[in-house]
Amino acid sequence: MSAKKTEGTTEAPPEDITREQLLGMYRRMRLIRAFEDKAKERFEAGEIAGFLHLSQGQEAVPVGVCWALGPRDYITSTHRGHGDVIAKGCEVKRMFAELYGRATGYCKGKGGSMHIADFSQGIIGATGIVSGSLPTSVGIGMGIKQRGGGEVVVCFFGDGATAEGGFHEALNLASLWQVPVVFVCQNNLYGLSQPWEKTAYKCDLVARVATYHIPGECVDGMDVIAVHRAARKAVERARSGGGPGFIEAKTYRFLGHYVGDPALYMPAEEREAWRKRDAIVKLRGQLLAWGYLTEAEDEAMGAEVAAEIEAGVEYAKASPLAAPETALDELYVHFDYLGDPKRG
Amino acid sequence: MREITYRDALREALREEMLRDESVFLIGEDIADPFGSAYKVTLGLSPEFGLDRVIQTPISEQGFIGTAVGAALVGRRPVAELMYIDFCTMAMDQIVNQAAKIRYMSGGQAKVPLVIRTQGGMGRSSAAQHAQSLEAWFVHTPGLLVAMPSTPYDAKGLLKTAIRLDDPVIFIEHKLLYNTKGPVPEEEYTIPFGVADVKREGRDCTVVATSRTVLMALEAAEVLEREGISVEVVDPRTLFPLDVETIVASVKKTSRLVVVHEAVERCGFGAEVVAQVAEKAYGYVDAPIVRVCAPSVPAPFARQMEDYVMVDAKKIADRVRRLVRGEI
Repeated sequence: MSAKKTEGTTEAPPEDITREQLLGMYRRMRLIRAFEDKAKERFEAGEIAGFLHLSQGQEAVPVGVCWALGPRDYITSTHRGHGDVIAKGCEVKRMFAELYGRATGYCKGKGGSMHIADFSQGIIGATGIVSGSLPTSVGIGMGIKQRGGGEVVVCFFGDGATAEGGFHEALNLASLWQVPVVFVCQNNLYGLSQPWEKTAYKCDLVARVATYHIPGECVDGMDVIAVHRAARKAVERARSGGGPGFIEAKTYRFLGHYVGDPALYMPAEEREAWRKRDAIVKLRGQLLAWGYLTEAEDEAMGAEVAAEIEAGVEYAKASPLAAPETALDELYVHFDYLGDPKRG
Repeated sequence: MREITYRDALREALREEMLRDESVFLIGEDIADPFGSAYKVTLGLSPEFGLDRVIQTPISEQGFIGTAVGAALVGRRPVAELMYIDFCTMAMDQIVNQAAKIRYMSGGQAKVPLVIRTQGGMGRSSAAQHAQSLEAWFVHTPGLLVAMPSTPYDAKGLLKTAIRLDDPVIFIEHKLLYNTKGPVPEEEYTIPFGVADVKREGRDCTVVATSRTVLMALEAAEVLEREGISVEVVDPRTLFPLDVETIVASVKKTSRLVVVHEAVERCGFGAEVVAQVAEKAYGYVDAPIVRVCAPSVPAPFARQMEDYVMVDAKKIADRVRRLVRGEI
């Protein structure tokens, strides 16, 4: 973390968000960043297999949104989902265990980076199919409504999903049935290598979504306070029966599509400009300026986060590998993979 | 025992399960009254249960199948109706990548108590996009269960089981079976998945048939009986789980096997049956194993062409006769 102080933080601290909440968000954003930094390092060292789609730069979006949710609310996520699930409450040690293919991982080694889920916290899981979770989220919303629950589901997706048919079908049905779903587009300006502005004629998502009569808001995704306020509004409306909502958070993917992608399609000046707008640096500057955090406390928090990450990696490495033959387990509730009824 | 149609048997199953469990609901295109669904299975259910439990959707297969998947993930028990199995292509991501995979890739956290009712098959000049038999796609997909009932009795008992299971089921009906009648008891019953039914016992040849071709196979067996050829007709009822034991036991008894389905031959469900028998009844089979299926072309429109490619009782009888006589 750069020690550079954010200049010109002249605004007063927010009255609608407490110091504890802000510090909590700040710590969680740092935890996500540190998790992904470490995952990248261990991936490059050859310890982690598969794909790693990192979200560095986007941390303010899931954290700002999830701070508007309760423990019983639901989220769905994407292939770039580490930040989303940590924001909602996944523990980094069990995430590392998943990445390392351990029996103690959230998915016992069957899901990996792209599919981390924790149903006990309403984390219905990440899907590797772009737009795949949008229709599913409508169903979660319908299920909540049918049983008269007061929960809300947040559906995270990227700008890449907005050209998919599933996006349009889901928005239409969510609006038709007025289900408690908040659609959150983490617009990081690239669908893999395709720049966002090359994916539609006049890219105005809020206007597009408004044609489904879903109220939406475009916010600065590098400002966790702005994200949180928009999320709180949409979540409260959905929870009180006001139907679906939409948030477009303009953000940026600091790195390539996956670890190993040099991202030659992202102009250097653009990358530099967004790096300067790092949401974690911004919030840190605000917290220092408002007297919510001292330099010493910030350093202590950094050390604590680093220790949590180190402990997480150690936990993963010390955990038993998921036994190879468990690849055959947990496909069906009632049958084994060959179709024989399960006993008991 | 009373006799009712396949359609009425299915409707009874839906109604009874909706009465038994408030988390069961129907969702699909045009399923509410007065239209009551394309093949009228759900007719009368929306007035009884209301539009909150018989949810009529826009033409949006990915959307409403995905909705059903999501609702299942939070403990509801949706029964989605996909009007034609041909339309599954519009919803394939939700079926194959989501419903079939979520439990596995979450390490067993998820349950997906979802039923997708659909129908397929030729015989009504419905042409290439409304007459397919795509069951093999789903049998090939780990994470799905596949049922394909041939009689009203099986239709009701299997659908009730499908609704009660916590795994996703593709429940494939046949457009030309809805008006067929058969005995269905008044009292409650269910049929387990993975248990084949020997629809007719015989000595000379085993015919494994699915869906409407079971009726054709039984008709063929009648004809052959008069010629002194005794045919055993085995209906797997569920294609996955598949009751391999019953099929193998039958082949060991008759030493001959003919596999019949309406789907095109190449990589069809029959290929799996043949492979299982080749492995588990090796040495018991005294004749070539034969498939009677549609040739691998799309369903043609014109009646004479459709008849030409479609399986029927005569084609089955011819093949069995030649096989038993040692002509194949």
